Amino acid sequence: MTIERIFIANRGEIAARIIRTCRTLGIEAVLAVSESDRDSLPARLADRTVCIGPARPTESYLRVGTIVHAALGVRADAIHPGYGFLSERAELARTCEERGIIFIGPTSAQIEAVGDKLLARAEAQAADVPVVPGGAIASLQEAAALAERIGTPLLVKAVGGGGGRGMKLVERLHDLPDAVQLAASEAGAAFGDARVYLERYLPRGRHVEVQVLGDGCGRVVHLGERDCSVQRRYQKLIEETPAPGLTESFRRRIHAAAVRIAERLAYRGAGTVEFLVDSDSQAFYFLEMNARIQVEHPITEAVTGIDLVAEQIAIAAGRGLRLEQPDVTIHGCALECRVNAEDPTQDFRPNPGRVHEVNWPAGCGIRVDTHIEAGSTIPPFYDSLIAKIIAHGDDRPAALERMRQAIAVTQIRGVATTLALHRGILADPEFLAGGVDTGFLVRHLSRARLASEADRG
Amino acid sequence: MTLTAKDVAEITRLLEESHFDELYLEVDGLKLSLRRGNGTAAVETRRRPNDASPPPAPAAADESMHAVTAPLLGTFYRAPKPGAPPFIEVGSAVAKDTVIGIIEVMKLMNTVRAGVNGAIVEILAQDGTLVEYGEALLRVRKTAAA
Repeated sequence: MTIERIFIANRGEIAARIIRTCRTLGIEAVLAVSESDRDSLPARLADRTVCIGPARPTESYLRVGTIVHAALGVRADAIHPGYGFLSERAELARTCEERGIIFIGPTSAQIEAVGDKLLARAEAQAADVPVVPGGAIASLQEAAALAERIGTPLLVKAVGGGGGRGMKLVERLHDLPDAVQLAASEAGAAFGDARVYLERYLPRGRHVEVQVLGDGCGRVVHLGERDCSVQRRYQKLIEETPAPGLTESFRRRIHAAAVRIAERLAYRGAGTVEFLVDSDSQAFYFLEMNARIQVEHPITEAVTGIDLVAEQIAIAAGRGLRLEQPDVTIHGCALECRVNAEDPTQDFRPNPGRVHEVNWPAGCGIRVDTHIEAGSTIPPFYDSLIAKIIAHGDDRPAALERMRQAIAVTQIRGVATTLALHRGILADPEFLAGGVDTGFLVRHLSRARLASEADRG
Repeated sequence: MTLTAKDVAEITRLLEESHFDELYLEVDGLKLSLRRGNGTAAVETRRRPNDASPPPAPAAADESMHAVTAPLLGTFYRAPKPGAPPFIEVGSAVAKDTVIGIIEVMKLMNTVRAGVNGAIVEILAQDGTLVEYGEALLRVRKTAAA
């Protein structure tokens, strides 16, 4: 099956990113646009656009029927879902399977298997991969008994959640019943699945994830790991690869664990296996698997030289894995800074609006993935990511130096952004030392606040 | 809408007979610029780079003209079933709630209503083709509000 025309069911920088690979491969890119994205940069880059509905995502980018109908209507061979929106909705993958159009991603059954976090935990355990102590709870009595065993602090998580959504931290056991009930009712409303489970909370945890590619027949390769510990409320801000400070043997074990899980699922396409790495004990635990291309995939591309979107397309076209594990070599170090239209001084409030002037960095080892140019409007309906700045160097200090210079020359006028925060983090001794845990950003922000108060005082 | 060679010749003649030196016309993403030179008119037409996106409903110069647009993306059908007479034809009188067609999305049929009182002047969308959200389906000459 050859893929000659791809329907892209997404927007923003990832739409532009997918179009670029389509162009390289000589594939026609048809882009779904909402009414407010008709004049976007990706809309101009695409070979054709199809207006699928009003700006509100529930009336456009989140409509499975409309997306598939449009893709069939323009006679596309395949649908690329990007990340977010419908990318991990089994319903889209299933509708594609039923209607005979290729879904660039895993099978609907695989999306369901990893989307149910308890099922995914069970798969990990069956693949002999450690999970955080915890488990399913069917009643408050069971919750209390399990919490007694695993101890506090612990997290109440939604079975249908993921990516930090639908989580409650419990520090004292007597707060557990309320947290479970609240989490269950929120999960029911948000994910249509009120089931929750418990997991021990590791306050000094690092978020390390492994990129895998599977051919759908049981063969899997990994493309190294990414450290995404610089995050706030589970929203990642800076990612890097390799994860600093891990021993080679630890790295080999975590890669092998990710490969075992993906092999067990006979996973198809690009996926990411997330782990919690305990800085104190140097142990790792499976957290969840993401069945899509990740926002932070470019740092893996930088150090491996592999175009992940091109591999996704090749696998979807039935060409299987074009790489053996020894073909994957990691060169140097890469970092990504996410530039969001958010105001860090106003509790990261989204700041949509018009960008009057913009200057992106360029040069050796620098890549910018964006859909923003001077005059672009950032609509209030979508996420606030406006650009990803990626810096690659022979080692971590070289990559950091390139990133500092790249951030220094970047200018965005018209909307508040996270640029200044990046400048601050890139000068923070704790971050420069490497291997920070997920509590780092909160510590950095409070230090920065104290410093600015001291300056004023 | 496309400009034929005949249209361009006609427009060129109009320019020549006028006292203007230049004419610049932009219709539905097609740009035409004419300039009076030494007895010859320079003709330059250019498609908008993204010629695939449907032109927004043309702003009717005539206030009474109204474009009925697709309320959702799907396949447009002019008749309730194959072989049946179409809901409307050019010249049909319509009221706000008159059904003018059906838009099918994955087997779900959605009726489309005129939304205005008037008479159909032109039917733009072809039967059985994909129409995008906001695409002009037909043009209606409005009558005074009932």
